[in-house]
Amino acid sequence: MKTMKNDIKSKLSAWLNFDLDLDEVPERTPPKPKAPHRSKLLILRRIQNERVHRAVYALLAVFCSITLAACLLLTVSGMPRYGEDAEFMDTVTYEYLAHGMEYTGVVNIVSGIILEYRAFDTLGESFVLFCAVSCVLLLLRRDGASGKEPPAMRDITGDPILSSSARILVPLIFVFGIYVLLNGHLSPGGGFSGGAVLGAGLIIISSAFGEDVSGRIITERVFKTVTTAALLFYCVGKSYTFFTGANGLPTGIGNGTPGDILSAGLILPLNIAVGMVVACTVYGMYRMFGKGRF
Amino acid sequence: MLGNFIHNYEEAVALLLFSIGFVTLLFHRNMIRKLIGMNIMDSGIYLFLASLGYIYDRRAPIVEDGITDPSKYVNPVPASLVLTGIVVSVSVTAVMLALAVRLYERYHTLNLDEIYELSRRRTEHR
Amino acid sequence: MRDFVCNLPFLSVVVFLFAAVVSAVLPPRASRAFTTVVESLVLAFSVAVLVYTAGTGTFFRYNMGHFDAPWSNQLRAGVLEALAATVFSLVLLLSHVGGMRYVRVDIEPKKQNLYCTLLNLVGAALMALSYTNDLFTGYVFLEILTLSSCGILVIRRAGRTTLAAARYMVLNLLGSGLFLLGVCLFYGTTGHLLMEYIKEGVATLDATGEYAVPLTVTIGLVSAGLAIKAGLFPFHTWMPDTYGTATPTSSAVLSGIISKGYIFLLIKIMYRVAGVDTAAMTAARHILYIFGILGIIMGSVWAMQSSYLNRMIAYSSAAQIGYIFVGIGLGGEAGFVAAMFQLMAHALTKPLLFLSGARLTEASGDSPAFADLQGAAHRRRGAGAAFTVGALSMVGIPSLAGFCVKLNFAAAAVQHGVAADIITLGTLAVSTLLNALYFIRTVIRIYTPSEAEWGVVPVRRDVGLFVSAAGFIAGIVFLGFFPGPVTSLISRGLSMFG
Repeated sequence: MKTMKNDIKSKLSAWLNFDLDLDEVPERTPPKPKAPHRSKLLILRRIQNERVHRAVYALLAVFCSITLAACLLLTVSGMPRYGEDAEFMDTVTYEYLAHGMEYTGVVNIVSGIILEYRAFDTLGESFVLFCAVSCVLLLLRRDGASGKEPPAMRDITGDPILSSSARILVPLIFVFGIYVLLNGHLSPGGGFSGGAVLGAGLIIISSAFGEDVSGRIITERVFKTVTTAALLFYCVGKSYTFFTGANGLPTGIGNGTPGDILSAGLILPLNIAVGMVVACTVYGMYRMFGKGRF
Repeated sequence: MLGNFIHNYEEAVALLLFSIGFVTLLFHRNMIRKLIGMNIMDSGIYLFLASLGYIYDRRAPIVEDGITDPSKYVNPVPASLVLTGIVVSVSVTAVMLALAVRLYERYHTLNLDEIYELSRRRTEHR
Repeated sequence: MRDFVCNLPFLSVVVFLFAAVVSAVLPPRASRAFTTVVESLVLAFSVAVLVYTAGTGTFFRYNMGHFDAPWSNQLRAGVLEALAATVFSLVLLLSHVGGMRYVRVDIEPKKQNLYCTLLNLVGAALMALSYTNDLFTGYVFLEILTLSSCGILVIRRAGRTTLAAARYMVLNLLGSGLFLLGVCLFYGTTGHLLMEYIKEGVATLDATGEYAVPLTVTIGLVSAGLAIKAGLFPFHTWMPDTYGTATPTSSAVLSGIISKGYIFLLIKIMYRVAGVDTAAMTAARHILYIFGILGIIMGSVWAMQSSYLNRMIAYSSAAQIGYIFVGIGLGGEAGFVAAMFQLMAHALTKPLLFLSGARLTEASGDSPAFADLQGAAHRRRGAGAAFTVGALSMVGIPSLAGFCVKLNFAAAAVQHGVAADIITLGTLAVSTLLNALYFIRTVIRIYTPSEAEWGVVPVRRDVGLFVSAAGFIAGIVFLGFFPGPVTSLISRGLSMFG
């Protein structure tokens, strides 16, 4: 990890200077010389090739960016005027704004759209997250025979500044995360944002107080159980709404009084489920990138 | 010709960001730079969506005091699309970063050309 | 209460999603069995929808929720959607069954259940792409397809998989970015995300001439994005590495159906969103046609030069994708029928080649080099026969699917004036010749007795592969002998798209 950091650092400096020739190929993988003059020629030719490649790349890049930008700017100048009410948009939006609260029981119309009107998209979206976490697990999980030890990371556990500020911040972060999670239908927020805040809290615990502490809260078992249960609940809950909706049946779930914490039908439980998934996913990804295990 | 160009400066900036990101993703050979390009590209799209939905002198689409008059609030649809899109790009970023880690462990470089060259020498392409 | 069949499109998506979560926590063996059952179930669903829509001659819409059309997500199933779903689920099932033994060998035991999860997600995404009536839903499931296909690619830790996956992802992300921007521009100019409503808006704008530039750019962005994702000619570079190094099931699924999912969405957008014959769409289709022609020729040339079996099959995939785009570019009903027919024929042939090729490779000391493959068909008779059938279909021997493909293309080309006629027929002739050269050469190579001693390679029965090869061959022969019903189904589906 340390060498990687150095590498990234040196490359960063290289970009900042716009010094394109810094990461020379021959330096890292020197060609094995058979006869000295030949290898020199080879290196020369390779450097030449490299230069030609870079020039072609640069030319192509400039050409492509100018063409693309020109096309898109032309598009922009033909678009409806910014900041003005375009009439053709109103068919859809007016329905959401005028009846969204009445039909779905939410105060935050965006929540109503993503969890009721366009809920199928959101179902797909949480499965994108699930798919990503499966891929990260596949790629980075190190255990058993196949696992090399990961390169050692600088241990910041017990750092006085970090741990003392974490002691103050962690409860606040969790309270805030839970607030955002539970008020998704009333104010800006919801499952994804609340879950991300909770996941960040777990990450702070893990880096400030050590993996043992956070590992006691979220073991692999907990991770699997929570993710699976929440996703299955989400899947079943939404399928129930889709099925009843498409067949013209009532759901039997009331919307309550808009503005109350217990309102908006299934949206609150679904937000909680999504929040659980997101928190676990964020924390799980952090662990995979660090140690490669829970 | 230029039509609403001056008016739509925000969308213009968004789409310029998109093209910068696109070209970075296509032409840079370093995995991390490509990844940054992808994120710039996606942010450009989200900024574009956000500016599509904005209407002057209107409020965020959160019903206040029970007023459900649609002409008081901005368009809520782009906001919900952006929410969905952000989660997608976070997921893709995580997977790409994981790929970069694996590539670095195997080849000790992040430059895709070098990796290709190394892989060719090891005759991995059976 | 409507007919229960109408719920099946929605159930095919949800059942796959459900199965993806469940198989992540099952032990490997159980998750394999469970996934196979789910795939068969969805295949049955798709067939039922196909029979229903073809029988009644109608399509139906399905609201995802309690709200009506322009406000909620919607699915739509007509003949063509159901046909695509049937092909996708059939090929997914057969590829999974056929490559199961390699999955057990290639993938660490602890990750095999995740492989099933990813296959289920691929299935869900393909079903959603087939049935969706909403562009943004299309985008979300497109990303699921991208990520899960990257997953089934890197799950085998051998050779170049990670590099191949990185290049695959980069090109796919470019495509997704263009597609997403296209969808946003559609929303910005028409105010809708459901296909019919966008089409209405586009027609109005086309008539009034308002937003002409944005519309043209939008159509270009969407077509380019999906063509990049499908691996059209200059963007096919990921194919050989990707298909060459993945576990056989993954190669089969990737080449057989994943790229087809993108193409099907593109066809759908052409018909149901942008309108096939609007000026911008026609221009876009002509560009796709040119790249399709180039792809056919370059793909065939590279396939000829390749000295490894799996890379040869991969390059031939690039050529076959080119065929589909030529069909789309020719346009008209005949062109799209030819494209859809080629989509189905290729979805059935390529997995057969990959799976039987894997078995031949395995019998030659795990080396796909042609030199080592000599006499492989004598060591594995069944796989040799299956490979031969696939190769002959690719070449275009009458009574196999490939022949009818070429017939359809010739028929479509004749309707389009002399220039298109000459170019298309000339390309067809050249590519048939090249196909014949490299496939027949391979078949001869695997049947030539080898002097090398492979010792006692114990022949282990592979029932799964046998079943799946039998299924694929049956499909190829069916398409070859009865192209009539299939093409009439396709053209009925296209007219329902309207």
